[in-house]
Amino acid sequence: MRFYEFEAKELLKRRGVPLPESRLARTPEEAAEAQRALDVPVVLKSQVLSGGRMKAGGVRFADTAEEARDAAETILAIEINGQQPMGVLVEQKGDIAQEYFAAVTWDGRAKRPVIIFSDMGGIDIEEVAETHPDHVSRTHLSTLRPLSDYQAKLAVARTGVTGGDLNRLSRIVLQLARVFREYDLTLAEINPIGKLADGRILALDSHMDMEAEARGTHRALLAELGIPDEDTRQARPPTPFEIAGAQVDAQDTRGVAGNVTEFSGDLGLVIGAGGGSLTLFDAVRAAGGNPADYCEVGGNPSVRKTAALTQLIVSKPGVEKIAVMMNVVSNTRVDIMARGVIKGVIDAGFDPADKIAIFRIPGSWEEEGFAILRRYGVEYVDRTVSMHEAAGRAVAKLAAAGGS
Amino acid sequence: MSILVDSGSTFIIQGITGREAVTMARELLDYGSKLIGGVTPGRKGREVHGVPVEDTVRAFTERERVDGSIVVVPPAFAADAVHEAIEAGVKLIVVVTERIPRRQVAEFVEHAEQEGARIIGPNCLGLISPGKSRMGGIGGSADATRRAFQPGSVGVMSRSGGMTVEIANALTQAGLGISTACSIGGDAIIGSTYAELMPLFDADPETQGIAIYSEPGGRAEAALAEYMEAAGSRLPVVAFMAGRFMDAMPGMRFGHAGTIVEGKEDTTVEKIERMGRAGIAVADRIEEIPALLRERMGAS
Repeated sequence: MRFYEFEAKELLKRRGVPLPESRLARTPEEAAEAQRALDVPVVLKSQVLSGGRMKAGGVRFADTAEEARDAAETILAIEINGQQPMGVLVEQKGDIAQEYFAAVTWDGRAKRPVIIFSDMGGIDIEEVAETHPDHVSRTHLSTLRPLSDYQAKLAVARTGVTGGDLNRLSRIVLQLARVFREYDLTLAEINPIGKLADGRILALDSHMDMEAEARGTHRALLAELGIPDEDTRQARPPTPFEIAGAQVDAQDTRGVAGNVTEFSGDLGLVIGAGGGSLTLFDAVRAAGGNPADYCEVGGNPSVRKTAALTQLIVSKPGVEKIAVMMNVVSNTRVDIMARGVIKGVIDAGFDPADKIAIFRIPGSWEEEGFAILRRYGVEYVDRTVSMHEAAGRAVAKLAAAGGS
Repeated sequence: MSILVDSGSTFIIQGITGREAVTMARELLDYGSKLIGGVTPGRKGREVHGVPVEDTVRAFTERERVDGSIVVVPPAFAADAVHEAIEAGVKLIVVVTERIPRRQVAEFVEHAEQEGARIIGPNCLGLISPGKSRMGGIGGSADATRRAFQPGSVGVMSRSGGMTVEIANALTQAGLGISTACSIGGDAIIGSTYAELMPLFDADPETQGIAIYSEPGGRAEAALAEYMEAAGSRLPVVAFMAGRFMDAMPGMRFGHAGTIVEGKEDTTVEKIERMGRAGIAVADRIEEIPALLRERMGAS
């Protein structure tokens, strides 16, 4: 879950990290007022859950209240990577002498948090890592031992920074690591940290992500920041189709189902969750098929839930046929899946024998499941037919019927 | 032989009175696993399918040998259960629970390293040495498990639980069979990666080849490739890579700092290329895995 810049800075402020003075403005008029209150040249920054603000024109400068109003009006109208800004941050503009980069994130391979620090901040850090590897340090942290000053100092000193700057910068880095740990973040980044002409060192921009799984443990913090539970911070709002899928899932608690996605093809997919769905999606594409939509089904959903999801998948305009496929399952009951998808197709007003191109779910209770499928004339295959072969048959059947 | 779990391995289930765990206990006992009991705080004195329930892990370790534990505890209490097992001296802990926050996973993984314990998972189906024993829900009922997993010579490691069973089924169909299959979990941080389990398979005389299932994201395949190059495994490795369509979709890459940490070997194309350089064959379909292994196992 991504935080806006002003929220990330609020977390830094609580830890005493020095920041330029700023005000959040939701309208051009508020931006003008903010400039008046700060009474210095300001930078106005789009508050949007996306990078690339500078390039998109989401960062502008103003010396007067009128300029600030105009700049805010322009910024608020610019959508960045499909994201609408929720406001502008009006911030004191500094005379920057040098920029640094600091981030704390997870290193999945080391299974530890890692501090990344560079004395070449402000620019693309990936590029710096490639062209100037000696200017980027990586310092791993223990998850069990206390965070300590020396680790932050090590991170900064490894890039060659010394003197008073070493101490000032490592204080900021240590607090950044504390914020990362305290709030279950997956990324805590300050880029740039600016050293101003007058010698002060301030956090100028910040990006933080909280792990979605940890939101429950940080309810109090999120409430203080004014982030309600329903604010999912997704890249885009859910479509009506996705909302319908979630509603079906919420009807009863059995089975992990309801994660639906739409595409532009003509083959609907009711497929297993996780690795099985990745494999089957690839298999359909490799066979020349075009998925129209899909629903992941895992665990042991009820007949009713499976039927409702199938009905949703098969009713989407443009869906010619559906394929019901999973890897060899451990817990999902094949007969319940068979009953559910047949009921869903009939409820939607179609003939299962025509609409279901193929059924491939090998596992427990498969004999009972196959008997039901036979009764409705639905083509099914057992575990001797691979996932790719099953997908290929479904695509071929659709092509024979005049589809893609 | 086999790795991690054998016919003599004794283990418990933490969270044994939960609905999913009760079913799992039945399946494990039917399969012949040496499940000696389970833990649910406050439920001491009960039985689940004839095995005793205790309040603590120590209640078992103080009176008998406990080789392993399966953690089937809700996410909010799972990390605590893992720490308890480590402190009690259990050396193999299979964490089935999903949606445990990453910091908590990293903490118990580091704790396990300090105490010389091994974690499998989290968010996994468990592991099985066919015909000997099984830890976790992998395979489902005992009958279904026997259909998909016949004893044999191939070690299986998979980031997807379901695909562990699918690959094992293909190996069983082809008559190769499985020495040990391990669902290693799909989270960003897991207790045991491909590269960390490879030395165990290398040391197992029964294992003659390795099949792995992998996905986009992370550096696990790069680490495996480095292991193959540096340590020079005696075993041929065949990989299946799912999620190729994701390369064509935006928003699947890590953020800036993440990319620096994870490196570039993150998409399926990069991973296939990296594994290829280390001599790992990559199958386009699951059903190609047995033939690719046979060619290479014959040559070794």
